[in-house]
Amino acid sequence: MTELAPSSNASSGLRRFFWLLAPLLVLAIAVAWIAAADPLRSFNNGAPPVEAITFERTVLNDGGIQVQIRAGGSEDMTVAQVQVDDAYWNFSIAPAGPLARGSTAWIDIPYPWVLGEAHRVKLVTNTGATFEHEIAVAVPTPVATQGQLLQQAIVGAIVGILPVAIGLMFYPAMRNMGTSGMGFVLALTVGLLAFLLVDMTFEALELAAESAPVFQGPAMVILAALATFLILMGISRRGGRPEGLALAFYIAFGIGLHNFGEGLAIGAAFAAGSAGLGTFLVLGFAIHNVTEGIGIAAPIVRQKPPLWAFVALTLVAGAPAVFGMWIGSLAYGTQWSALALGVGAGAILQVIVEVTAFFLRGSGRQGQSWLSPPVLSGFLTGLAFMYVTAAVIKV
Amino acid sequence: MDNSVDLMRRRSLLLGGLAVAGSTAVLATSAAGQSMQGHDMASMSDPEQLPADPYAAPGAHEGGHGQMTTVGTVDHQQNGFDPTAMLTEWDVGTVSTMDDGRTLRTFEVEAIDKEIEIAPGVVFPAWTFNGRVPGPALRAKEGERLRIVFRNYGSHPHSMHFHGIHSWRMDGVPGSGLINPGEEFVYEFDAKPFGCHLYHCHAFPLKRHMHKGMYGAFVIDPDPDLHPEYVDVARSRLLGTPENARWQELVMVMNAFDTNFDNENEFYAVNTIANAYSQKPIRIEKSRPVRIYLVNATEFDPINSFHLHANFFNYFDTGTTLTPTLRTVDLIMQCQAQRGILEFSYADHEAGMYMFHAHQSEFTELGWMGMFDIVEA
Repeated sequence: MTELAPSSNASSGLRRFFWLLAPLLVLAIAVAWIAAADPLRSFNNGAPPVEAITFERTVLNDGGIQVQIRAGGSEDMTVAQVQVDDAYWNFSIAPAGPLARGSTAWIDIPYPWVLGEAHRVKLVTNTGATFEHEIAVAVPTPVATQGQLLQQAIVGAIVGILPVAIGLMFYPAMRNMGTSGMGFVLALTVGLLAFLLVDMTFEALELAAESAPVFQGPAMVILAALATFLILMGISRRGGRPEGLALAFYIAFGIGLHNFGEGLAIGAAFAAGSAGLGTFLVLGFAIHNVTEGIGIAAPIVRQKPPLWAFVALTLVAGAPAVFGMWIGSLAYGTQWSALALGVGAGAILQVIVEVTAFFLRGSGRQGQSWLSPPVLSGFLTGLAFMYVTAAVIKV
Repeated sequence: MDNSVDLMRRRSLLLGGLAVAGSTAVLATSAAGQSMQGHDMASMSDPEQLPADPYAAPGAHEGGHGQMTTVGTVDHQQNGFDPTAMLTEWDVGTVSTMDDGRTLRTFEVEAIDKEIEIAPGVVFPAWTFNGRVPGPALRAKEGERLRIVFRNYGSHPHSMHFHGIHSWRMDGVPGSGLINPGEEFVYEFDAKPFGCHLYHCHAFPLKRHMHKGMYGAFVIDPDPDLHPEYVDVARSRLLGTPENARWQELVMVMNAFDTNFDNENEFYAVNTIANAYSQKPIRIEKSRPVRIYLVNATEFDPINSFHLHANFFNYFDTGTTLTPTLRTVDLIMQCQAQRGILEFSYADHEAGMYMFHAHQSEFTELGWMGMFDIVEA
């Protein structure tokens, strides 16, 4: 008996391996057959292949215009000619030759672009199909020099770190609040988070729509948000429900991801020349984000956290704006920004759930309800404040 | 004599150079408002294409277009027609004498669907006459009887509608000479009036049949016997005479292609291939006069134009007169299907590269630009 057991184990292991292998084998045979016999041949109606090109990056510099494209055709496609502003122009493409579905190439056009004006790049493929990309305002694409990075870091700090720090400075005032005041502040936090969730989701979907079809942008955004939400919930609930400083850090993390997205957007606008970074706009961002600090401080008013915790919270929530600026200004493909914003939306959703749970636990003790005037007005004030201040920064 | 001219030229160049230097300095400061780090457009010119000496002649391969050009080369062999050869290729048909002694000239034309490369790497699903776009340049003499045997091997109904004088039965519109795939029709009429004309398919939708490539030049030479007052001019126009042989005659059909079928053209050209004559200039012997039979077959855009650089020409609108309808111009316009004859000479010019193009910058930059390589001969 004891001697037989391992061998039967081994044979059952083999059998399991076979049943794992069998479907894969059938799939491989099916793929080989379809490729060889081409049963879809009868559907071939002589129509030209479907072609798609997405412009992912645009770089303008002393060498002219460079664009990175991603092919999305049903077959390999070839860029035959390049127009800039309705003029055929010399160009080189790397890698040369046909572009497989999903692959990228850089097109280098030595075109004397005009500072501050618009240009249109149009690609003509070998079938005569055309794909157009508008450069709304031509400005030199920022390069990662020390000076540039420093300037962008300063803007990122003003947009991300400064307002969070100012918001957290409400902390001493908040400590003296009564029960209804606390309810107001927590509801305000949920309101602002709800605004961020809606804002980020739509922003992500908008960017997703601009990205290449192979990334299935909208699905990618929703799935990234869901996955992030579940992972963060899993982590936060490992040691019971998060409260106090832990909850504050989760909020800071979610807001940090949001500010990363905001940094990306500002950086990208900067690179695309579509937004002159006016003082007004930067101040708008700063005011818009002050409430974020208040939200982070809300769960810890009944505690006495050390000073370093405030510094850490500020950096977790604010510093990502700086990184966002840096990455966004280098004009990366929109799918990566969409992905980052999707992850951020998931993180925001997680803190909404946690802050609400935290509030409900406290309110259960103190006999407050969601519909009591201070709570409802807090929630609506949070939404309204974010909405109104956002009007300044939407360009 | 030669030396003094050379010296004069050098001195004026020097003075000009100073003036240019001065004005550049002014420009440089005034342009500072439009410049910025990362925006140095001087580096945009290909050093191979832009010689250090702006007075140096451009190389023959360069064509004076700078960086503004299509990239690559078209496989003329694959297309079955070469734009350079096309300039001087006339279809004169086959000639026989009728019972009444008149000349009967018979042309054979087939409608064929064919994919052609209209610019390097860009393939266009064309409808053609005799497998080429533009179709064969038919040439006859005033007063001859013409018989055009037309067979439709294409996938759609087609016709040949001649701009000329004929019966309604021979007009090539639905009900008179518009034939289905697999059918044949014989158009028959007298060659008149003399001039530079065209034919095209008149099946509907007209726009589609035109821009798919169904058009060609149709030239009727004047009969000198019928024009005693301008006998020499008429003889110079009549193909096959020694007076005509002195001329360098070129047939140019201005056309365009809408490759993505949005009713706007992506490529403009003379004789189909964008930038063909800027990449391979047309050789002209400077001692011989030049005559261009120019036809506008451009679809979608109401007009096209022809501008000759550094020279002027006489123009015979529709070619139906033996004296110019416009004298000493360097630019003419033609609406759709308008055509005419240009006559000019580079005899007194310095040999070199002379540009010609549509003077709609858009057309020029989308391929309708060429060069004459004027050589000593």
